[in-house]
Amino acid sequence: MNGKAATVGISASGKLWTLGVLAVAAGALTWLAVGDLGENLVYYWSPTEMVAQKEKALTATIRLGGLVEPGSLQPDGQTLRFRVTDGTTTVPVITSEVPPQMFREGIGVVVEGTVDASGQFTSSRMMVKHDNEYRAPEGGDQPSEAAMFGTLDEG
Amino acid sequence: MLGQTGQFFVLLGLAAAAAGAVTGFGAGATRSATGWLWARRFAYLFSFSMLMANVVMVYALLTHDFSVRYVAQVGSLASPAYITFVSLWSSLEGSILFWGFILGGYVAAATWLNGEENPSTMPWAVGTWLAVATFFCFLLAGPANAFLPAPVPVPLDGPGPNPLLQNHILMVVHPPTLYLGYVGMTIPFGIGVGALFAGRLEASQLVPLRRWLLVSWGFLTVGITLGGWWAYEVLGWGGYWAWDPVENASLLPWLTATAALHAALLPHRRGALKGWTVTLVLASFLLTVLGTFMTRSGVFNSVHSFSQSDIGPTILVFLAIALVFSVVLLALRIDKLEGEGAVTSPVSRESAFLLNNLLFVALTFTVLVGTTFPLLAEAFKGVKLSVGEPYFNRMAVPIGVAILFLMGVGPALPWGQASGERVRSQVVPPLVVGLVTAGLVVAFGFREPWSVLALGCAGFAGAVTLREMFAPVTAQARASAAAGGAGGVGGWFAVMPRALAASHRRTGGYIVHAGIIAMIVGIATSSAYSVDAELRLAKGECKPFEDYDVCFLEARFVKESHRTMSIADMRVTRGSDVDLVSPALATYPRMGTPIGSPDVRTTPGYDLYVSVLSLDPEAVAVHIFQKPLVVWIWLGCAIAGLGTTLSLVPARMMRGFVASPAVAASPVAEVAGK
Repeated sequence: MNGKAATVGISASGKLWTLGVLAVAAGALTWLAVGDLGENLVYYWSPTEMVAQKEKALTATIRLGGLVEPGSLQPDGQTLRFRVTDGTTTVPVITSEVPPQMFREGIGVVVEGTVDASGQFTSSRMMVKHDNEYRAPEGGDQPSEAAMFGTLDEG
Repeated sequence: MLGQTGQFFVLLGLAAAAAGAVTGFGAGATRSATGWLWARRFAYLFSFSMLMANVVMVYALLTHDFSVRYVAQVGSLASPAYITFVSLWSSLEGSILFWGFILGGYVAAATWLNGEENPSTMPWAVGTWLAVATFFCFLLAGPANAFLPAPVPVPLDGPGPNPLLQNHILMVVHPPTLYLGYVGMTIPFGIGVGALFAGRLEASQLVPLRRWLLVSWGFLTVGITLGGWWAYEVLGWGGYWAWDPVENASLLPWLTATAALHAALLPHRRGALKGWTVTLVLASFLLTVLGTFMTRSGVFNSVHSFSQSDIGPTILVFLAIALVFSVVLLALRIDKLEGEGAVTSPVSRESAFLLNNLLFVALTFTVLVGTTFPLLAEAFKGVKLSVGEPYFNRMAVPIGVAILFLMGVGPALPWGQASGERVRSQVVPPLVVGLVTAGLVVAFGFREPWSVLALGCAGFAGAVTLREMFAPVTAQARASAAAGGAGGVGGWFAVMPRALAASHRRTGGYIVHAGIIAMIVGIATSSAYSVDAELRLAKGECKPFEDYDVCFLEARFVKESHRTMSIADMRVTRGSDVDLVSPALATYPRMGTPIGSPDVRTTPGYDLYVSVLSLDPEAVAVHIFQKPLVVWIWLGCAIAGLGTTLSLVPARMMRGFVASPAVAASPVAEVAGK
């Protein structure tokens, strides 16, 4: 094994140095990546799940999925108010976005935004559920949560 | 009947691939000439089977044989013939079948072109390719069987393929291009595995390794960009890249393959870092398998995921096997690959390449973490979440700018030892170009620091790229003037074609660099300086946007055989320029939500992009964008594709063009080999 260090291309002490520098760089990168990751997570919650998170929900970016509660739609100048429900819990939503073409009462919707302490959800992005599934979902009319998130359409 | 014929060819392919894999590895271990001959025969038989299985499926699609389940799923009597043809890859089973066809094409081509060279390592390579082929044939025979009979009674008509596929021509070319990139990584992977088993990696192996890597890289580059272009033209949110997991899945192998292409020059030039090069090649393949898992298993919800499929776990098992195999093989054999050369000087082209490699690996790592984190969180903690774009941008932008800077440094430095004076004379003038570029964009009104930095680095790298690209021309023009030929600018242009062709691989490489720089300029500018607004307009109403006046004229609803188009006719006026734009929404019966057809008006300077949010006869809501320099992303990709193609032209085809006394006597070879 004589001369092995030389064949690696860098001398033995140089190799140690290189490894040390690489380890520090990798560590720093991991630390940066993981730190940044934590600040940029977007949580997918139903209204019930979101309310169950209590304080944690107040600082998070949330994708809230549910149905637009029938009778809750109130256009108000440039803003739009409605409520999103999963049958158990209902969350009031306000947005200044133009809703997508298919948006209407009773339709599945995912709104992205934040919630405040009073439970008011402010949406910066709205997506409606659509039906591009290749096979009809099994079971009743109520889409499963997975199917709901699975058929997002950018609004 | 067609179903059984197709099944027969899939099973024949499975048998040939499995037998060929065993024979190939056996021939590698025993150096048996007979075994090697048979491994190649099995390779051709596998390719033939995949070709025939695809021919059968295309025939079934075109004749609307709804007794084949896949045809019943994606076929429709109402679809035009070309849509029916591309339905081959419009759904899960067909796309895997098409995948098999491409793999067959690659395996046959690589066996044919490189099968006579390196008898000690090629059997391992063919064995590896066919082991991968065995897996895909297994998918086709089992979990993703395209030839199963349709449920009885046989349907009289089908629903047609995914509306997204029918809606835009880019959706027809994007998937096969990307498949060509993904599947192509199998070939360098096999050559790398062969090098590890045989314990040697020499020029005769490095050349095919680099060529196939470049083929695959070129298709990946174009395929990824076509996907972005499609998103831009169809999805209507005004962007082309959203750090969607499935987009990332295609970017990951591209990053490691780019690193590998550069790394592979080091053993070639300096005999150093063979093991590292092979590691990157193996990683690129593994990332394509990871990408296959992400796109084909339905774990991610995106435009790419087909509905719930059973092949996810199977691909995951294959990924695990390939990963363990690669890691163990590397751990056991990488020592054998260490070469005779070394990277000795910290200021040299090879050091720049090493740094480039580290940055690419770092970028791969951060994208991989952000992409797989939601999967792991859901698998282990049951939490549904996604990683937001800011994470990716904050990590990728600095690394990307550093790579762009190195794109200027590397080619400016010579191989081996460089004197301080040489470095200064090579680096300082382009550095001045870079600083002037940054100054100009600031004077133009750009303030966002990262985009100014990126554009400054682009100026620097661009100056180096052009200088290096034309260095052989300048050298030859001087030589020819000294020999009594035409001097000056005329002489320079006279020798240009031949001088560039004489070192066409090098020229191609710099053309690729120029294309990538154009893309980065487009990306940096359009992401930092795009302006947009949402406008609600009643019929006949006009509103201002930037220095435009935007008016809604009327809504039109046009019924076509397979869809309904809701079109908003609008007038956009700026000064004396009047433009009519007609953004629309397309509604397909199978798909509840309409698909956008934004109207994009492209100029070299900026795009005006109008997308309909909602439309009724009396009112429209549109999202309107003005995005600078977007077209340079698509043009840059085309330039990069051309450069790749030029690099791949066989030397003997170039020779006829170059052969002339003046060229033969020139110092081009010396300059090119610098």
